[in-house]
This record gives sequence, structure tokens and C-alpha cells, in this order.
Amino acid sequence: MGNTSSMLTQYDIEEVQQHCNGACETILPFPPFLALIADEISQQEIVSLYQRFCQLDRNVGGFITAEEFLSVPEFAVNPLSQRLLRMLDTLNFKEFVAFLSAFSPRASLQQKIEFIFKVYDSDCNGKVTFSDMMAILRDLTGQFISEKQREQVLAHVLEESGYTKDAALSMSDFMKILDNSDLKMEVEVPVD
Amino acid sequence: MGGWPSCFGLREEGKLWRSKSKSGDSNRKPPKKQSKPRRNGVQFAEEDDGDGIGDGEALEMATTGTLKPSSSELDLDRPNIEDYLPSGSSIQQEPHGKLRLLGFTPNGFAFPQPRFARYFADLDRGRRRHCRRLVHAMLQVESAGALELEYILVSVVVFRSCVSLSHFVSFESCLEANAILGIGWVIFLSSYIPVHFLLKGHEKLRKKLERFLVELICSFFVASWTGVVKYHGPRPSMRPNQVFVANHTSMIDFIILEQMTAFSVIMQKHAGWVGLLQSTILESVGCIWFNRTESKDREIVARKLREHVQGADNPLLIFPEGTCVNNHYTVMFKKGAFELGCSVCPVAIKYNKIFVDAFWNSRKQSFTKHLLQLMTSWAVVCDVWYLEPQNLKPGETPIEFAERVREIISARAGLKKVPWDGYLKHSRPSPKHRERKQQSFAESVLRRLEEK
Repeated sequence: MGNTSSMLTQYDIEEVQQHCNGACETILPFPPFLALIADEISQQEIVSLYQRFCQLDRNVGGFITAEEFLSVPEFAVNPLSQRLLRMLDTLNFKEFVAFLSAFSPRASLQQKIEFIFKVYDSDCNGKVTFSDMMAILRDLTGQFISEKQREQVLAHVLEESGYTKDAALSMSDFMKILDNSDLKMEVEVPVD
Repeated sequence: MGGWPSCFGLREEGKLWRSKSKSGDSNRKPPKKQSKPRRNGVQFAEEDDGDGIGDGEALEMATTGTLKPSSSELDLDRPNIEDYLPSGSSIQQEPHGKLRLLGFTPNGFAFPQPRFARYFADLDRGRRRHCRRLVHAMLQVESAGALELEYILVSVVVFRSCVSLSHFVSFESCLEANAILGIGWVIFLSSYIPVHFLLKGHEKLRKKLERFLVELICSFFVASWTGVVKYHGPRPSMRPNQVFVANHTSMIDFIILEQMTAFSVIMQKHAGWVGLLQSTILESVGCIWFNRTESKDREIVARKLREHVQGADNPLLIFPEGTCVNNHYTVMFKKGAFELGCSVCPVAIKYNKIFVDAFWNSRKQSFTKHLLQLMTSWAVVCDVWYLEPQNLKPGETPIEFAERVREIISARAGLKKVPWDGYLKHSRPSPKHRERKQQSFAESVLRRLEEK
């Protein structure tokens, strides 16, 4: 256990950092200087994340499968776990860190909103439609609320934000809606 | 300990250090760590010149006041300091003896750097980490409880490591540990077998002797890992209607507690040599077996527990977490121990992680490997606190009682509480947890809808 950090060289850590920042940059449709403001994930955090990655990677294949993710109890009881698993299958370490960068306390609100958008956009066509949102709501509420009530809720939500039921929301719409909200999507990586 | 020189001395002489260092420290700006152990850090480093035994003059040098750490003291908590140590030869070329190693730039204090650096530079990665931990141990006060023992221990450890070559340490300590254990087993078996068979008629005497022998073999186990255990609080007494609960980190918890008092314990039946031990020796102190996978088992076990507690047998020790946890957290306590209608005496155990990580990850290592790892580590240092017996308060459910006792244990040992069931280590959470989340979300959504 104590030797895992010795398998990660300085070169590896820097490569992961670059990959992580690169992944953030390509998606953000913002001018380059904003990418500089987005804070890098620190090297200590990468070492801690690597230890965690190795713990999760039971069969030591270099990547984490969906099964291994489900072995984390908090993940397994999350109602959105199946959706997340679709984004998460067979992640290697670089992708793992890039995935988790949205949860860093230093990640910008844009990165977090973008992550949420990717979760909502189940068919990956760049737009979130009414049916996408219904599917999410179905996952979140289960059998405790009827289909009709779900439709009502969604129609209300869209109305409040000024969209009609048939609107297909794009990334920028999402940003506009959630821009001044307080998203507490943070995971602290223990650094010892 | 009579032969040890004064600088490795026991508590009384330790006070001598502290008073002397106080005079030197008053004009220093306070560093992050306590300044008094830092003196010792200099001193021990001074002594690492191969003979392992300190000289009186080193003590004087350290305390004659010319030692002033510079403002650019390296924070020894920073990791991998050894990686940046230059090799022995380059330090030797350093003309003015500026010590960058420990960050001290003492005025006119010639530190014997070459030997110190060579000691570090020669060792392989793993040993370096242990040495780093050793240095940390000297400069940090992790747990005030075992601190004096740590001084003794550190001196033992430095002596051992200096006497043997670097690659030999793990081999030699394993050999040593096994030798101690072997002697222990010989003594134990040669006494236990006659007692067990010959004293069949004299139950009371036999039980007493067997209890003593079990405590003895556990002490040998603990000695074989160079265990330094500090017990706080009143020792358990042999009374009916009491049960002991403790947090669980590894199977050695049981051995450490058993060394002091011959508890009976409830445990899962293992395979292999551990199972053999369980069925022969632990039977004599009266143990209850259960099987985690059998659900019907629970009622039988509950009945056995109740019977045991009401009898005047050995006090019963239960680990309500049900599984090994990594000694930073406590998971949910199972309510079985708290429904017996007797008083519950909490015991808190905390291992000092600097010396060894005592957590037994039963999925990763077998118990034998775990024991070997413990034997080849520097030491097993832990604190055991026997806490005040608790009773079920009127109007309290057993689950609340369990939570309250968990709070007491976690507070004493400095562990964080986590609301997870320990058995999740072995199986997936049931779907009802997810449904509960869905339900609460659905309710909040409906509430908002109705407000409109």
C-alpha cells in the first residue's frame, strides 16, 4: 500500500496534469486566457488520486470497470449511478482524473455545469430535450411520483426559466439557467 | 534498561532534556512543531555514526545553546526529503558544514553530515521511508499517551538498525520476531498441554492457569512485533453482567487486549492455522463462533451471548463494527452487543500510524502475511483506553445506545464517525438505500409543486 506512489513518476504526474487541463480547455468555448484562470489540479492530489485509483482497480488492469465503481457504496446507492456508469466505463487513470476535475473545489462553475450537461444529455447529441430530462427525473424519483406529476414538474421548471416544453436546451442555455446558482459539487481529495 | 546511557533514559531523565531545552528555546520564534523534541532529533542524528549508542557529550552539545535553527528550516513534514539529499560524496566536499539536511544552520556547529547522509543514501526506498518516519516520530508528538514509550522504542529501534546492515533489517527482525514467538510457543505449549489434561478435575485452578497462559502467549505475540502498548484507565474486572466493546482494526486488536485480560470473544471461524488455534486454545477462555453468511445464525448467537454474559465466566469482548476498519474511522455498530441488558464497557484502541499501519485488509492479505508484515515493521505502537461502563438509559433504544457508545469511543481515540455498515465491505448495499434517496427527492419535488 505504501509503495503505490513510488510507481508514479514526475513525468506521469505532469502528463496527467496536462491531460486534465487540456480536457477542460477543449470543451470550454471560452477565450484561452480563461483556461489559465482555471486552477490546475495539484501534484499532491494526483498522487492521492492514484492511490485511490489503485485501490479501486481490483484486478490491476490499469482501468476501472463499471463493476469496480459499483463497489463504492456511496456510488451504488446514488440513483443516477447507471447514467454515470455510461460515462465512466473503463476509465484509465488520466481519464479518471479528468473526470474528477469537475468536482475539485477549484473547478469553475462552468466546468461543473458542463459536467451536469453531459450527464443530462443521454444521447450525446449536444442538446438536452424534454425526454432527456424526463428520463433523469425518472431516475431521481423512482416509483414515488407518477408520470403525470413528473411532466407537470418539468413543464413548470421550463416555464420558470422561460423555455417551452419543446425547447432543446444547448450548453449555453444551461449555463444561463444555472449561472447564479450555488452548486455544491465538491470532493476534497485527502492529501497527506 | 539499566545498561542504556542516560541520553536514552526513561521518563525521569527525559525531564532533564526538557528543562534544559527550555532555556535554549525561549529566544527562538516558535516553529510549527514543539521545539523540545527537535533537540532530540539533532541528538539522534548525531549518534547515527554506526555504533548506535549515544554519548553523554552529545547531550551536552545539543543543550549548550549554540543551536539556532535558521528561519529557512525545512518543514520535515514535506514528503520525500530524502530524494533530494545529495549523495554522501558531495556533502563531504561541502567546506563550511552548512547543514541543509535537517534545515539547521547552527552557528559554529559542525554536524557530522557525511555519515548521516550516507546512512540515508545507502538505504533503499522502503528503508528510507521508515527512517523518515523515525525522524518524524522523534519530532512530532502524535499521541501524548505513548510518548515516553516512544522514546524508549525509538532508542531500541535505532540500536537495532545500526547494528544490522540495511538489507538485513527486515530479514533479521523477522528472524528475531519468529525466535521470540517460537520461544513463546514452546513455553506455552509445554505448560498448556499438561495443565489442560492433568487438571481435568480441578476446574477452577485449571481455568485460572489457562487464562494466565493465554495472556502469556499473547504477550509473546506482542513482543514479537516489538509492540509498545500503553493501557489507560482501570483494568477490566471479572464481574458478571458486563460486556466489553472495542473498535476493530485488525485481528491483533484481540491479542493486544487479551494480553492484559483473558477475554472471551465472539468471532468468525477462520480456516487454516488460525482456525486450529481458535478451536483449541481459545476454547479454554470460552469463545462463541458465528458465521457471517448464515442469517439464521443470528438468533442462536444472540442466545449464546446472553447465556455467557449472565454466567460468571471470563468477560466477553465484542467488536460491534463486525469487520476491520482502517483506524481513522468507525463504522456503524451492530446492535447485538447492546441488547443484552447488561452494562457495556467501551474500549478504544488507536494505533500510531508512524510505526506501522496495523489495518488488516482481509481482502488483500491473508492473516499470515499480515502478521509477517507486522513482525518486519519497526514496531506496533498503540494506545488502549478502558472507558467508563455505560448502561442503557431509560427510553433509549439499543441502536441509540450503540451510537452513543460509538461516539464515546470515537471521541477518545480520535476517529471520525461514518454512517456506513461495515458489512458493505463484503457485499453491495441493498436497493432500499437508493429507494430511500429517491423517495426523499420525490417528496421535496412534490412539495415545491404544491407550493406553486
